Amino acid sequence: MSAPTTASHRPTEAALEAVSIRFCGDSGDGMQLTGGQFTNTSALFGNDIATFPDFPAEIRAPRGTTYGVSAFQVQFASSEIYTPGDAVNALVAMNPAGLKTNIRDVEPGGIVIVNDDEFNAVNFKKCGYPDGVNPLDDEDFNRRYRVYRVPMSRLTRESLAEAGMGAKDVDRCRNMYALGLVYWLYERPIDATVRFLEEQFEQKRKRPELADLNIRALKAGYNFGETAEMFPVRFKVPPAKLAPGVYRKISGNEATALGFVVAAHKAGKRLTYASYPITPASDVLHTLASLKRFGVQTFQAEDEIAAVCAAIGAAYAGDFALTGSSGPGIALKGEAIGLAVMLELPIVIINVQRAGPATGMPTKTEQADLLQAMYGRASESPVAIVAPRSPADCFTMAIEAFRLAVRCMCPVIFLSDGYIANGAEPWLMPDLDAIEPITAVHPTANNNPEGNFLPYERNPSTLGRPWAIPGTPGLEHRVGGLEKQDGTGNVSYDPENHDHMVRTRAEKIQRAVEIVPPLEVRGPESGDALLLGWGGTYGAITTAGDRLRASGHKVSTAHLRYLNPMPANVEEVLRRFRRVIVPEINLGQLRRLIRDRFLIDAVGINEVRGTMFRVETLVERTLEIMGQKPASGAAGMEGA
Amino acid sequence: MHDTSLPTLKPKDFASDQDVRWCPGCGDYAVLKAVQNALPNLRRKKEDFVFVSGIGCAARFPYYMNTYGMHSIHGRAPAFAAGIKLANPDLQVWIVSGDGDLLSIGGNHTLHTMRRNMDVKILLLNNRIYGLTKGQYSPTSEFGKRTKSTPYGSVDYPVNPLSLAIGAGCTFVARCIDIDVKAIEALMLRAAAHRGTALIEVYQDCNIFNHEAWFYASQKAGRAEHTTQLEHGKPIVFGAERDKGLRFNGHRIEVVQLGNGVTESDLLVHDETDRGLAFLLAQLQHPAFPEPMGVIYANEDRDTYEHLAARQLQEAVGDGEPDLKTLLDDGETWVVR
Repeated sequence: MSAPTTASHRPTEAALEAVSIRFCGDSGDGMQLTGGQFTNTSALFGNDIATFPDFPAEIRAPRGTTYGVSAFQVQFASSEIYTPGDAVNALVAMNPAGLKTNIRDVEPGGIVIVNDDEFNAVNFKKCGYPDGVNPLDDEDFNRRYRVYRVPMSRLTRESLAEAGMGAKDVDRCRNMYALGLVYWLYERPIDATVRFLEEQFEQKRKRPELADLNIRALKAGYNFGETAEMFPVRFKVPPAKLAPGVYRKISGNEATALGFVVAAHKAGKRLTYASYPITPASDVLHTLASLKRFGVQTFQAEDEIAAVCAAIGAAYAGDFALTGSSGPGIALKGEAIGLAVMLELPIVIINVQRAGPATGMPTKTEQADLLQAMYGRASESPVAIVAPRSPADCFTMAIEAFRLAVRCMCPVIFLSDGYIANGAEPWLMPDLDAIEPITAVHPTANNNPEGNFLPYERNPSTLGRPWAIPGTPGLEHRVGGLEKQDGTGNVSYDPENHDHMVRTRAEKIQRAVEIVPPLEVRGPESGDALLLGWGGTYGAITTAGDRLRASGHKVSTAHLRYLNPMPANVEEVLRRFRRVIVPEINLGQLRRLIRDRFLIDAVGINEVRGTMFRVETLVERTLEIMGQKPASGAAGMEGA
Repeated sequence: MHDTSLPTLKPKDFASDQDVRWCPGCGDYAVLKAVQNALPNLRRKKEDFVFVSGIGCAARFPYYMNTYGMHSIHGRAPAFAAGIKLANPDLQVWIVSGDGDLLSIGGNHTLHTMRRNMDVKILLLNNRIYGLTKGQYSPTSEFGKRTKSTPYGSVDYPVNPLSLAIGAGCTFVARCIDIDVKAIEALMLRAAAHRGTALIEVYQDCNIFNHEAWFYASQKAGRAEHTTQLEHGKPIVFGAERDKGLRFNGHRIEVVQLGNGVTESDLLVHDETDRGLAFLLAQLQHPAFPEPMGVIYANEDRDTYEHLAARQLQEAVGDGEPDLKTLLDDGETWVVR
């Protein structure tokens, strides 16, 4: 972005390919809603979008403190994008604490719009600025950024004075004032937000006067941009050229919920979700609880263990059973998942990973539960593992998770993470008829002409066992945690049988590779380096790969969505590249699996900061690993 | 449920082909026999029974029943049972497990199952000891008990299972002893007919590690003096000569000798629908009081969880297939051409 030099009354217009904007303020300032509305409007406008909501675990931390800051970043673009953007082009800070914690991510020359009224001595003190220092007066600061000081509190009050509402209600409209201003600045229509406000306040909460108040603030902010002559330039980001079709905006947790509902319908089964609230997975429970009309049953259990056990019970009785949590809850569920391995029942366990260990940083992302998913149970206890790579991909992988569970008759772990769970992107709504049905059969006839039903008689091809459910006459059988004789399911301590069963439980998961699509390479099929990732790093890795190729490097990318079993062609793909580089938000968990399994000397790029990789970090580190270290600072690392 | 086409089943139809592996003389044998005797009288199809257990000696129970069954993990049987009932409320689910399993490691699930009034039946085989792990004290062991893990005596106060159940909102609470096979059968009939959580505490003899725990209630000599068989609407009488009873003195219960002007009409009359009374009765403990046997509390004043959940679901689904397309469309879509 180049700063305009003209000073005409009408602002000039500048077209941009992509803008990353971040709203920040107190956690009570409505920043998530503001960012969400900006995202909706941009999506409806036709931009490609990627979001990064970033909020504290505290619900209402003391006002004005840095630990109470809530932020929402969205990148909107006229081309395809995969990340919310490394550097922020425009920051809207509703208070000094917001500015203090977020300014480091703003690009040099970036726009900073502040609510000037909140920049006072009291608030400076709350967030630890030295006495008598207003950061907005700093010369360096003003040279570095394009700063716009808008007295939003006062302007909001003035523009709503005639409404005759209380000061508290009026002050809560500041975020809409800011949003209106930003809509003007980026030439966005306001009508989607007007509709939203009417629906929220008039229809749902029966407070039409609040709808009116917020809409007035929104319009006042917009009109301020139009008339104040403060901004010399307005920006245009034309619609993106996405594949044709009907789109909606979707977050990872929403897509997860919808995917599992569709999975159950595709099998003609009822979905039962048993869960215990935990950040950042609770929205899956909330979403599914609101979808009862599609026959979804939800059960808020007394604890994490009860949740997984109820899911296993529901699976035994024939439902598509699902449980969900985050790392600490998954740890509690470990024993029961082991039982499901032993019982050979299909359940899916959602893990929306967060930063740990222990309580860690509940609202921050991480992908450090891969080895927990692989090995985090007693004994040889294999499960299938899938990992969506983006918010919308959660939909697809949810269906795949149940496809694997039913085929293998085993638990499947669905590894999402806080970044994709809360992030949103446009979603080309799928043709539901085109999704392959899932075959889930419950036998009704005894498979043993000689005697009792054989609950562990195996399908010779998949090694799955019959999913016979209580209520079926003649197939009465017992399942249990004690080792069982293959076929009969009777308790067995026979060493040969145990060895056979341990291997069979592992083998049936590896055999599912038949239904796992091959690993795809983006970029040339061979070259100097392959960036191999899994989970929420897809956007950052893909963008980094694209940039590296654009600057002439022989770097391709590939992303694993199936981690156990891995696609059949993984080794073959990896061996076509001189180097395999595995970026992960952990200390090298996939890298370990790759090295272990293929004896390939994969190198890691690892950061565990509770946040997603910056694209530039991946670009720089990749070049470093390839021995082509860019001159210091030349890679475009931005921000303070 | 009252299907006349039901086949006539016999106790042996409910015995699996597996060898029973409890210690000879274990009280669990009597309970198994009573259960197998009772099931044909419950007038349900064999395939509709599911036996669920946790871990422990008693938890081997499902393997010996020719019904559907799940031998699960330690303490969690009620949670598995909840899932089974959520998936298919028509099944009759029996939880059979011990005091350690259901009251110690699984206390939380037992509590919440009763609170929700899940329509499951719990046979709590209470032997006041950990048997399978070879003789440590359990949450029902008496204070001061010397075991392998408490050589100087336990300093843990025991839990009273019936008081806990009543406090948690359990809608059917009963007690019996393993040697009284007829009582177990009768209580199972009552429990099966009850809509809601039914807890039957069975005093069960672990003849290896805690053989004398229930002698006061099981031995011919003292049994009539140390227990009293409750009957709804009847005065509470006990003693070999049926010469003693329970009476209210203010808001406390006391033991009185009949005669000398004290007649049955002065005694406390059992009302199994009275939760307050049930709590008082559950508190009566040996040796100060005879311990009540039979149905302490039974009241269908609350609906069951799975019935409420199923009704909510049914109302939400309404008639006909939901259109999945409306699932995906959140009303904020746009078209790219």
